[in-house]
Amino acid sequence: MKEIAPIIEVKNVNISFGKNHVLRNFSMDVIPGENLAILGKSGSGKSVLIKCIIRLLIPDSGKIIVINNEISELDHDEMDMLRADIGFLFQSNALYDSMTVRQNLEFPLRRHWSKEERKFNAKEAVLEALEDVGLSHTIDMMPAELSGGMRKRIALARTLILKPKVILYDEPTTGLDPITAREISQLMNAVQEKYKATAVIISHDMNCIKMTSDRVIMLIDGKNYASGTYDNLLKITDPKVREFFD
Amino acid sequence: MKIFNSPFFTEVGDISRFTARFFREILKPKQEFEEFINQCYWIGYKSLTLVGITGFIMGLVLTIQSRPTLVEFGAVSMLPSMVSVSLVREITPVITALICAGKIGSGIGAELGSMRVTEQIDAMEVSGTNPFKYLVVTRVMASTLMVPLLTCLAIAISMYGGYLGVNIRGNVSWTLYWSQSFNILKFGDFIPSLIKTYFFGFAIGIIGCYKGYTSEKGTEGVGRSATTAVIVASLLVFIIDLIAVQITDLLGLT
Repeated sequence: MKEIAPIIEVKNVNISFGKNHVLRNFSMDVIPGENLAILGKSGSGKSVLIKCIIRLLIPDSGKIIVINNEISELDHDEMDMLRADIGFLFQSNALYDSMTVRQNLEFPLRRHWSKEERKFNAKEAVLEALEDVGLSHTIDMMPAELSGGMRKRIALARTLILKPKVILYDEPTTGLDPITAREISQLMNAVQEKYKATAVIISHDMNCIKMTSDRVIMLIDGKNYASGTYDNLLKITDPKVREFFD
Repeated sequence: MKIFNSPFFTEVGDISRFTARFFREILKPKQEFEEFINQCYWIGYKSLTLVGITGFIMGLVLTIQSRPTLVEFGAVSMLPSMVSVSLVREITPVITALICAGKIGSGIGAELGSMRVTEQIDAMEVSGTNPFKYLVVTRVMASTLMVPLLTCLAIAISMYGGYLGVNIRGNVSWTLYWSQSFNILKFGDFIPSLIKTYFFGFAIGIIGCYKGYTSEKGTEGVGRSATTAVIVASLLVFIIDLIAVQITDLLGLT
Protein backbone atom coordinates (compact mmCIF):
# COMPACT_ATOMS: atom_id res chain seq x y z
CA MET A 1 0.00 0.00 0.00
CA LYS A 2 1.33 3.44 -0.96
CA GLU A 3 2.32 5.51 2.06
CA ILE A 4 0.64 8.91 2.31
CA ALA A 5 3.13 11.81 2.41
CA PRO A 6 2.78 13.91 5.56
CA ILE A 7 1.45 17.46 5.22
CA ILE A 8 3.50 18.56 8.26
CA GLU A 9 6.85 17.08 9.22
CA VAL A 10 8.70 18.16 12.32
CA LYS A 11 12.19 16.64 12.54
CA ASN A 12 14.48 16.78 15.57
CA VAL A 13 13.41 20.26 16.60
CA ASN A 14 15.18 21.89 19.54
CA ILE A 15 14.29 25.23 21.02
CA SER A 16 15.28 26.84 24.29
CA PHE A 17 14.69 30.17 26.00
CA GLY A 18 17.75 30.95 28.07
CA LYS A 19 18.40 27.90 30.20
CA ASN A 20 14.89 26.54 29.69
CA HIS A 21 15.14 23.78 27.07
CA VAL A 22 11.54 23.60 25.81
CA LEU A 23 11.66 21.15 22.90
CA ARG A 24 14.32 18.42 22.81
CA ASN A 25 14.77 16.60 19.51
CA PHE A 26 11.01 16.70 18.99
CA SER A 27 9.72 14.93 15.88
CA MET A 28 6.25 14.27 14.51
CA ASP A 29 4.36 13.80 11.24
CA VAL A 30 0.82 14.84 10.41
CA ILE A 31 -0.90 13.21 7.45
CA PRO A 32 -3.43 15.10 5.28
CA GLY A 33 -6.93 15.16 6.71
CA GLU A 34 -5.80 14.02 10.13
CA ASN A 35 -6.86 15.72 13.37
CA LEU A 36 -3.82 15.49 15.58
CA ALA A 37 -3.98 16.60 19.19
CA ILE A 38 -0.89 17.50 21.18
CA LEU A 39 -1.38 17.00 24.86
CA GLY A 40 0.90 18.34 27.54
CA LYS A 41 1.03 20.27 30.77
CA SER A 42 1.00 24.07 30.84
CA GLY A 43 4.46 25.32 29.92
CA SER A 44 5.45 22.05 28.25
CA GLY A 45 6.07 23.76 24.90
CA LYS A 46 2.88 22.93 23.02
CA SER A 47 2.23 26.51 21.92
CA VAL A 48 5.92 26.97 21.13
CA LEU A 49 5.70 23.98 18.80
CA ILE A 50 2.82 25.32 16.71
CA LYS A 51 4.35 28.79 16.67
CA CYS A 52 7.44 27.12 15.17
CA ILE A 53 5.24 25.44 12.55
CA ILE A 54 3.94 28.82 11.38
CA ARG A 55 7.38 30.46 11.88
CA LEU A 56 6.35 32.88 14.57
CA LEU A 57 9.27 31.32 16.43
CA ILE A 58 12.41 29.91 14.88
CA PRO A 59 13.81 26.69 16.37
CA ASP A 60 17.46 26.48 17.38
CA SER A 61 17.87 23.37 15.27
CA GLY A 62 15.83 20.81 13.35
CA LYS A 63 13.63 20.89 10.29
CA ILE A 64 9.96 21.77 9.80
CA ILE A 65 8.30 20.96 6.48
CA VAL A 66 4.78 22.23 5.85
CA ILE A 67 2.93 21.42 2.61
CA ASN A 68 6.23 20.40 0.96
CA ASN A 69 8.01 23.60 2.00
CA GLU A 70 10.89 23.62 4.41
CA ILE A 71 9.90 26.78 6.20
CA SER A 72 13.38 27.87 7.30
CA GLU A 73 14.35 28.13 3.61
CA LEU A 74 11.44 30.37 2.59
CA ASP A 75 11.90 34.12 2.24
CA HIS A 76 9.38 36.52 3.78
CA ASP A 77 7.06 36.64 0.75
CA GLU A 78 7.12 32.88 0.22
CA MET A 79 6.30 32.34 3.89
CA ASP A 80 3.40 34.80 3.63
CA MET A 81 2.06 32.86 0.64
CA LEU A 82 2.34 29.59 2.56
CA ARG A 83 0.53 31.17 5.51
CA ALA A 84 -2.55 31.57 3.30
CA ASP A 85 -2.83 27.78 3.52
CA ILE A 86 -2.36 27.67 7.28
CA GLY A 87 -5.00 28.93 9.67
CA PHE A 88 -4.05 29.72 13.26
CA LEU A 89 -6.56 30.01 16.07
CA PHE A 90 -4.87 31.88 18.90
CA GLN A 91 -5.41 30.99 22.53
CA SER A 92 -6.31 34.63 23.26
CA ASN A 93 -8.36 34.83 20.01
CA ALA A 94 -6.23 37.85 19.00
CA LEU A 95 -9.16 39.72 17.46
CA TYR A 96 -8.25 43.26 16.47
CA ASP A 97 -9.90 45.43 19.14
CA SER A 98 -10.18 48.53 16.97
CA MET A 99 -11.96 46.74 14.10
CA THR A 100 -15.48 45.41 13.67
CA VAL A 101 -16.09 41.70 13.16
CA ARG A 102 -16.38 42.34 9.39
CA GLN A 103 -13.04 44.18 9.31
CA ASN A 104 -11.43 41.46 11.41
CA LEU A 105 -12.51 38.83 8.90
CA GLU A 106 -11.56 40.92 5.88
CA PHE A 107 -8.08 41.63 7.24
CA PRO A 108 -6.39 38.38 6.04
CA LEU A 109 -7.84 38.98 2.54
CA ARG A 110 -5.85 42.20 2.01
CA ARG A 111 -2.60 40.26 1.49
CA HIS A 112 -3.93 37.26 -0.38
CA TRP A 113 -6.74 38.62 -2.56
CA SER A 114 -6.51 41.26 -5.27
CA LYS A 115 -8.37 44.56 -4.87
CA GLU A 116 -10.93 43.39 -7.44
CA GLU A 117 -11.49 40.09 -5.66
CA ARG A 118 -11.97 41.89 -2.37
CA LYS A 119 -14.40 44.34 -3.92
CA PHE A 120 -16.66 41.68 -5.39
CA ASN A 121 -16.18 38.60 -3.20
CA ALA A 122 -15.15 39.73 0.29
CA LYS A 123 -18.68 40.31 1.57
CA GLU A 124 -19.79 36.84 0.50
CA ALA A 125 -16.70 35.19 2.01
CA VAL A 126 -17.18 37.00 5.32
CA LEU A 127 -20.82 35.99 5.49
CA GLU A 128 -20.02 32.37 4.66
CA ALA A 129 -17.36 32.17 7.38
CA LEU A 130 -19.74 33.78 9.88
CA GLU A 131 -22.52 31.38 8.93
CA ASP A 132 -20.13 28.48 9.49
CA VAL A 133 -19.73 29.57 13.10
CA GLY A 134 -23.39 30.62 13.48
CA LEU A 135 -22.74 34.31 14.15
CA SER A 136 -23.87 36.18 11.03
CA HIS A 137 -25.71 38.75 13.16
CA THR A 138 -22.47 39.98 14.78
CA ILE A 139 -20.98 41.26 11.53
CA ASP A 140 -20.99 44.95 12.52
CA MET A 141 -20.23 44.45 16.21
CA MET A 142 -16.94 45.23 17.93
CA PRO A 143 -15.01 42.39 19.64
CA ALA A 144 -15.53 44.07 23.03
CA GLU A 145 -19.29 43.57 22.62
CA LEU A 146 -18.95 39.78 22.29
CA SER A 147 -18.83 37.04 24.93
CA GLY A 148 -15.79 34.76 25.31
CA GLY A 149 -17.40 31.93 23.34
CA MET A 150 -18.51 34.30 20.58
CA ARG A 151 -15.00 35.75 20.30
CA LYS A 152 -13.60 32.26 19.93
CA ARG A 153 -16.09 31.54 17.14
CA ILE A 154 -15.26 34.81 15.37
CA ALA A 155 -11.55 34.01 15.67
CA LEU A 156 -12.30 30.62 14.10
CA ALA A 157 -14.28 32.32 11.32
CA ARG A 158 -11.28 34.58 10.62
CA THR A 159 -9.10 31.47 10.47
CA LEU A 160 -11.46 29.89 7.94
CA ILE A 161 -11.85 32.85 5.61
CA LEU A 162 -8.92 31.83 3.39
CA LYS A 163 -10.06 28.18 3.40
CA PRO A 164 -6.75 26.86 4.79
CA LYS A 165 -5.41 23.37 4.19
CA VAL A 166 -4.03 23.19 7.72
CA ILE A 167 -5.57 24.67 10.87
CA LEU A 168 -3.53 25.07 14.03
CA TYR A 169 -5.65 25.38 17.17
CA ASP A 170 -3.85 26.80 20.22
CA GLU A 171 -5.83 25.83 23.35
CA PRO A 172 -9.22 26.33 21.67
CA THR A 173 -11.29 25.72 24.79
CA THR A 174 -9.13 27.31 27.48
CA GLY A 175 -11.00 29.84 29.60
CA LEU A 176 -14.44 28.72 28.43
CA ASP A 177 -17.17 27.14 30.54
CA PRO A 178 -17.73 23.38 29.95
CA ILE A 179 -20.87 23.91 27.83
CA THR A 180 -19.26 26.51 25.56
CA ALA A 181 -16.09 24.39 25.43
CA ARG A 182 -18.17 21.44 24.16
CA GLU A 183 -19.87 23.68 21.60
CA ILE A 184 -16.48 24.86 20.35
CA SER A 185 -15.27 21.25 20.08
CA GLN A 186 -18.41 20.36 18.08
CA LEU A 187 -17.86 23.39 15.89
CA MET A 188 -14.27 22.32 15.24
CA ASN A 189 -15.53 18.91 14.10
CA ALA A 190 -18.11 20.55 11.82
CA VAL A 191 -15.45 22.82 10.35
CA GLN A 192 -13.06 19.92 9.77
CA GLU A 193 -15.88 18.03 8.07
CA LYS A 194 -16.74 20.94 5.76
CA TYR A 195 -13.26 22.19 4.88
CA LYS A 196 -11.48 18.81 4.90
CA ALA A 197 -8.52 20.56 6.51
CA THR A 198 -5.77 18.96 8.53
CA ALA A 199 -5.83 20.03 12.16
CA VAL A 200 -3.21 20.26 14.88
CA ILE A 201 -4.93 20.85 18.19
CA ILE A 202 -2.93 21.97 21.19
CA SER A 203 -4.81 21.39 24.40
CA HIS A 204 -4.86 20.00 27.90
CA ASP A 205 -8.67 19.77 27.86
CA MET A 206 -9.27 16.02 27.75
CA ASN A 207 -12.90 16.36 26.62
CA CYS A 208 -11.90 18.52 23.68
CA ILE A 209 -9.13 16.10 22.72
CA LYS A 210 -11.45 13.11 23.02
CA MET A 211 -14.09 14.79 20.84
CA THR A 212 -11.87 16.21 18.12
CA SER A 213 -8.74 14.11 17.66
CA ASP A 214 -7.92 11.09 15.49
CA ARG A 215 -4.52 10.74 17.13
CA VAL A 216 -2.84 12.19 20.21
CA ILE A 217 0.82 12.99 20.87
CA MET A 218 1.90 13.43 24.46
CA LEU A 219 4.48 16.18 24.81
CA ILE A 220 6.36 15.51 28.02
CA ASP A 221 9.79 16.89 28.96
CA GLY A 222 10.06 18.48 25.52
CA LYS A 223 9.81 15.11 23.78
CA ASN A 224 7.25 13.12 21.80
CA TYR A 225 6.70 10.83 24.80
CA ALA A 226 3.82 8.70 23.55
CA SER A 227 1.35 8.70 20.70
CA GLY A 228 -1.73 6.86 19.55
CA THR A 229 -5.47 7.17 19.52
CA TYR A 230 -7.16 8.53 22.63
CA ASP A 231 -8.42 5.04 23.52
CA ASN A 232 -4.96 3.49 23.06
CA LEU A 233 -3.36 6.07 25.31
CA LEU A 234 -5.97 5.33 27.95
CA LYS A 235 -4.52 1.82 28.25
CA ILE A 236 -0.93 2.98 28.86
CA THR A 237 0.21 2.43 32.44
CA ASP A 238 3.21 4.80 32.44
CA PRO A 239 2.66 7.19 35.37
CA LYS A 240 3.56 10.28 33.31
CA VAL A 241 0.83 9.39 30.81
CA ARG A 242 -1.65 8.27 33.46
CA GLU A 243 -1.41 11.70 35.11
CA PHE A 244 -3.50 13.14 32.27
CA PHE A 245 -6.24 10.53 32.39
CA ASP A 246 -6.68 9.89 36.12
CA MET B 1 33.98 46.52 27.19
CA LYS B 2 31.74 45.82 30.15
CA ILE B 3 30.07 49.26 30.09
CA PHE B 4 28.50 48.54 26.66
CA ASN B 5 26.69 45.53 28.13
CA SER B 6 24.78 47.77 30.51
CA PRO B 7 20.97 47.98 30.13
CA PHE B 8 21.28 51.58 28.93
CA PHE B 9 23.53 50.76 25.99
CA THR B 10 21.55 47.61 25.20
CA GLU B 11 18.41 49.75 25.00
CA VAL B 12 20.17 52.34 22.82
CA GLY B 13 21.33 49.53 20.52
CA ASP B 14 17.83 48.04 20.31
CA ILE B 15 16.25 51.43 19.53
CA SER B 16 18.90 52.02 16.83
CA ARG B 17 18.15 48.64 15.26
CA PHE B 18 14.41 49.36 15.43
CA THR B 19 14.98 52.75 13.74
CA ALA B 20 17.16 51.14 11.06
CA ARG B 21 14.37 48.62 10.39
CA PHE B 22 11.92 51.53 10.03
CA PHE B 23 14.05 53.02 7.25
CA ARG B 24 14.43 49.62 5.57
CA GLU B 25 10.69 48.98 5.64
CA ILE B 26 9.76 52.45 4.44
CA LEU B 27 11.86 51.95 1.31
CA LYS B 28 10.13 48.69 0.42
CA PRO B 29 7.19 49.03 -1.99
CA LYS B 30 3.50 48.78 -1.13
CA GLN B 31 2.88 51.26 1.65
CA GLU B 32 -0.17 51.13 3.94
CA PHE B 33 -1.56 54.48 2.77
CA GLU B 34 -5.06 53.98 4.16
CA GLU B 35 -3.73 53.22 7.64
CA PHE B 36 -1.36 56.20 7.38
CA ILE B 37 -4.32 58.53 6.74
CA ASN B 38 -6.19 56.90 9.60
CA GLN B 39 -3.23 57.54 11.91
CA CYS B 40 -2.93 61.15 10.73
CA TYR B 41 -6.55 61.57 11.81
CA TRP B 42 -5.94 60.04 15.25
CA ILE B 43 -2.57 61.66 15.90
CA GLY B 44 -3.24 65.02 14.27
CA TYR B 45 -6.93 65.84 14.28
CA LYS B 46 -7.62 64.25 17.65
CA SER B 47 -4.83 66.32 19.28
CA LEU B 48 -6.04 69.67 17.91
CA THR B 49 -8.08 70.71 20.96
CA LEU B 50 -5.39 69.84 23.49
CA VAL B 51 -2.63 71.55 21.51
CA GLY B 52 -4.85 74.56 20.79
CA ILE B 53 -5.79 75.14 24.45
CA THR B 54 -2.18 74.66 25.59
CA GLY B 55 -0.94 77.07 22.92
CA PHE B 56 -3.47 79.72 23.90
CA ILE B 57 -2.56 79.50 27.60
CA MET B 58 1.17 79.56 26.78
CA GLY B 59 0.85 82.80 24.81
CA LEU B 60 -1.37 84.44 27.40
CA VAL B 61 0.75 83.46 30.41
CA LEU B 62 4.08 84.32 28.79
CA THR B 63 2.82 87.80 27.94
CA ILE B 64 1.40 88.44 31.40
CA GLN B 65 4.57 87.16 33.12
CA SER B 66 6.95 89.14 30.87
CA ARG B 67 5.15 92.46 31.18
CA PRO B 68 6.40 93.54 34.67
CA THR B 69 10.07 93.00 33.71
CA LEU B 70 9.70 94.98 30.48
CA VAL B 71 7.86 97.75 32.37
CA GLU B 72 10.79 97.90 34.79
CA PHE B 73 13.21 98.50 31.91
CA GLY B 74 10.82 100.89 30.15
CA ALA B 75 10.54 98.52 27.20
CA VAL B 76 6.88 97.57 27.39
CA SER B 77 6.43 98.51 23.74
CA MET B 78 8.74 95.59 22.89
CA LEU B 79 6.31 93.11 24.47
CA PRO B 80 4.70 91.79 21.22
CA SER B 81 8.10 91.34 19.59
CA MET B 82 9.63 89.57 22.57
CA VAL B 83 6.65 87.29 23.01
CA SER B 84 6.49 86.32 19.34
CA VAL B 85 10.22 85.50 19.12
CA SER B 86 10.04 83.38 22.29
CA LEU B 87 6.94 81.57 21.13
CA VAL B 88 8.10 80.87 17.59
CA ARG B 89 11.70 79.95 18.31
CA GLU B 90 11.44 77.87 21.40
CA ILE B 91 8.48 77.73 23.72
CA THR B 92 5.67 76.59 21.44
CA PRO B 93 7.64 73.90 19.54
CA VAL B 94 9.04 72.40 22.74
CA ILE B 95 5.82 72.56 24.78
CA THR B 96 3.77 71.20 21.87
CA ALA B 97 6.27 68.35 21.45
CA LEU B 98 6.06 67.56 25.17
CA ILE B 99 2.26 67.56 25.01
CA CYS B 100 2.45 65.24 21.99
CA ALA B 101 4.98 63.00 23.76
CA GLY B 102 2.42 62.64 26.54
CA LYS B 103 -0.61 62.10 24.37
CA ILE B 104 0.71 60.44 21.22
CA GLY B 105 3.72 58.63 22.71
CA SER B 106 1.75 57.04 25.52
CA GLY B 107 -1.19 56.29 23.20
CA ILE B 108 0.98 54.46 20.67
CA GLY B 109 2.94 52.69 23.42
CA ALA B 110 -0.20 51.44 25.13
CA GLU B 111 -1.99 50.48 21.90
CA LEU B 112 0.88 48.51 20.40
CA GLY B 113 1.77 47.09 23.80
CA SER B 114 -1.71 45.67 24.32
CA MET B 115 -1.70 44.37 20.74
CA ARG B 116 1.60 42.61 21.46
CA VAL B 117 0.48 40.94 24.70
CA THR B 118 -2.88 39.85 23.27
CA GLU B 119 -1.14 38.28 20.24
CA GLN B 120 -2.79 40.67 17.77
CA ILE B 121 0.60 41.49 16.23
CA ASP B 122 1.29 37.77 15.80
CA ALA B 123 -2.17 37.37 14.25
CA MET B 124 -1.28 40.06 11.72
CA GLU B 125 1.93 38.29 10.82
CA VAL B 126 0.13 34.97 10.47
CA SER B 127 -2.41 36.57 8.13
CA GLY B 128 0.44 37.63 5.83
CA THR B 129 0.46 41.32 6.72
CA ASN B 130 3.78 42.85 7.72
CA PRO B 131 2.88 44.22 11.18
CA PHE B 132 5.94 46.46 11.31
CA LYS B 133 4.90 48.21 8.13
CA TYR B 134 1.22 48.33 9.04
CA LEU B 135 1.62 49.48 12.63
CA VAL B 136 5.02 51.11 13.04
CA VAL B 137 5.79 52.77 9.71
CA THR B 138 2.34 54.37 9.46
CA ARG B 139 2.39 55.70 13.03
CA VAL B 140 5.93 57.09 12.84
CA MET B 141 5.18 58.74 9.48
CA ALA B 142 1.94 60.23 10.78
CA SER B 143 3.62 61.52 13.93
CA THR B 144 6.52 63.01 11.92
CA LEU B 145 4.08 64.84 9.70
CA MET B 146 1.47 65.85 12.26
CA VAL B 147 3.66 67.26 15.06
CA PRO B 148 5.00 70.10 12.83
CA LEU B 149 1.45 70.90 11.67
CA LEU B 150 0.21 70.92 15.26
CA THR B 151 3.14 73.17 16.20
CA CYS B 152 2.28 75.65 13.42
CA LEU B 153 -1.28 75.77 14.69
CA ALA B 154 -0.11 76.13 18.29
CA ILE B 155 2.18 79.02 17.29
CA ALA B 156 -0.73 80.85 15.65
CA ILE B 157 -3.02 80.29 18.65
CA SER B 158 -0.31 81.16 21.21
CA MET B 159 0.38 84.44 19.41
CA TYR B 160 -3.33 85.20 19.55
CA GLY B 161 -3.16 84.41 23.28
CA GLY B 162 -0.26 86.87 23.42
CA TYR B 163 -2.44 89.54 21.81
CA LEU B 164 -5.10 89.08 24.50
CA GLY B 165 -2.37 89.09 27.19
CA VAL B 166 -0.97 92.39 25.94
CA ASN B 167 -4.42 93.94 26.02
CA ILE B 168 -5.27 92.87 29.56
CA ARG B 169 -3.21 95.74 30.98
CA GLY B 170 -2.49 97.76 27.87
CA ASN B 171 -4.11 98.89 24.72
CA VAL B 172 -2.47 97.61 21.57
CA SER B 173 -4.46 97.44 18.37
CA TRP B 174 -4.79 94.21 16.38
CA THR B 175 -2.79 95.65 13.47
CA LEU B 176 -0.02 97.06 15.66
CA TYR B 177 0.35 93.81 17.59
CA TRP B 178 0.73 91.68 14.47
CA SER B 179 2.94 94.12 12.62
CA GLN B 180 5.28 94.36 15.66
CA SER B 181 5.27 90.58 16.02
CA PHE B 182 6.05 89.86 12.38
CA ASN B 183 8.54 92.70 11.90
CA ILE B 184 10.91 91.11 14.36
CA LEU B 185 10.52 87.57 13.01
CA LYS B 186 12.78 86.34 10.20
CA PHE B 187 12.88 83.12 8.21
CA GLY B 188 15.82 82.24 10.43
CA ASP B 189 13.38 82.05 13.30
CA PHE B 190 10.72 80.00 11.54
CA ILE B 191 12.72 77.49 9.53
CA PRO B 192 15.01 75.96 12.22
CA SER B 193 12.05 75.89 14.56
CA LEU B 194 9.94 74.05 11.99
CA ILE B 195 12.71 71.63 11.03
CA LYS B 196 13.29 70.53 14.60
CA THR B 197 9.60 69.73 15.04
CA TYR B 198 9.92 67.04 12.35
CA PHE B 199 12.63 65.45 14.47
CA PHE B 200 10.44 65.82 17.57
CA GLY B 201 7.59 64.08 15.76
CA PHE B 202 9.85 61.31 14.52
CA ALA B 203 11.33 60.74 17.99
CA ILE B 204 7.88 60.62 19.62
CA GLY B 205 6.58 58.16 17.01
CA ILE B 206 9.59 55.85 16.98
CA ILE B 207 9.91 55.68 20.79
CA GLY B 208 6.15 55.09 21.25
CA CYS B 209 6.24 52.32 18.64
CA TYR B 210 9.45 50.77 19.96
CA LYS B 211 8.16 50.62 23.52
CA GLY B 212 4.79 49.21 22.47
CA TYR B 213 6.07 46.80 19.82
CA THR B 214 8.61 45.24 22.16
CA SER B 215 6.28 45.19 25.15
CA GLU B 216 6.20 42.05 27.28
CA LYS B 217 5.11 40.72 30.69
CA GLY B 218 1.35 41.12 30.20
CA THR B 219 -0.73 44.10 31.27
CA GLU B 220 1.98 45.30 33.64
CA GLY B 221 4.30 45.54 30.65
CA VAL B 222 1.72 47.58 28.70
CA GLY B 223 1.54 50.18 31.47
CA ARG B 224 5.31 50.29 31.66
CA SER B 225 5.59 50.69 27.88
CA ALA B 226 3.23 53.67 27.91
CA THR B 227 5.03 55.35 30.79
CA THR B 228 8.57 54.81 29.52
CA ALA B 229 7.50 55.92 26.03
CA VAL B 230 6.54 59.32 27.48
CA ILE B 231 9.69 59.61 29.59
CA VAL B 232 12.13 58.66 26.83
CA ALA B 233 10.32 60.70 24.16
CA SER B 234 10.24 63.80 26.42
CA LEU B 235 13.94 63.42 27.17
CA LEU B 236 14.69 63.05 23.46
CA VAL B 237 12.72 66.23 22.72
CA PHE B 238 15.08 68.18 25.01
CA ILE B 239 18.18 66.50 23.58
CA ILE B 240 17.06 67.24 20.00
CA ASP B 241 16.27 70.80 21.02
CA LEU B 242 19.75 71.21 22.50
CA ILE B 243 21.37 69.87 19.33
CA ALA B 244 19.12 72.05 17.14
CA VAL B 245 20.06 75.18 19.11
CA GLN B 246 23.76 74.39 18.75
CA ILE B 247 23.43 73.82 15.00
CA THR B 248 21.38 77.01 14.53
CA ASP B 249 24.00 78.89 16.50
CA LEU B 250 26.85 77.45 14.42
CA LEU B 251 25.02 78.37 11.22
CA GLY B 252 24.58 81.92 12.51
CA LEU B 253 20.79 81.79 12.41
CA THR B 254 20.28 83.03 15.98
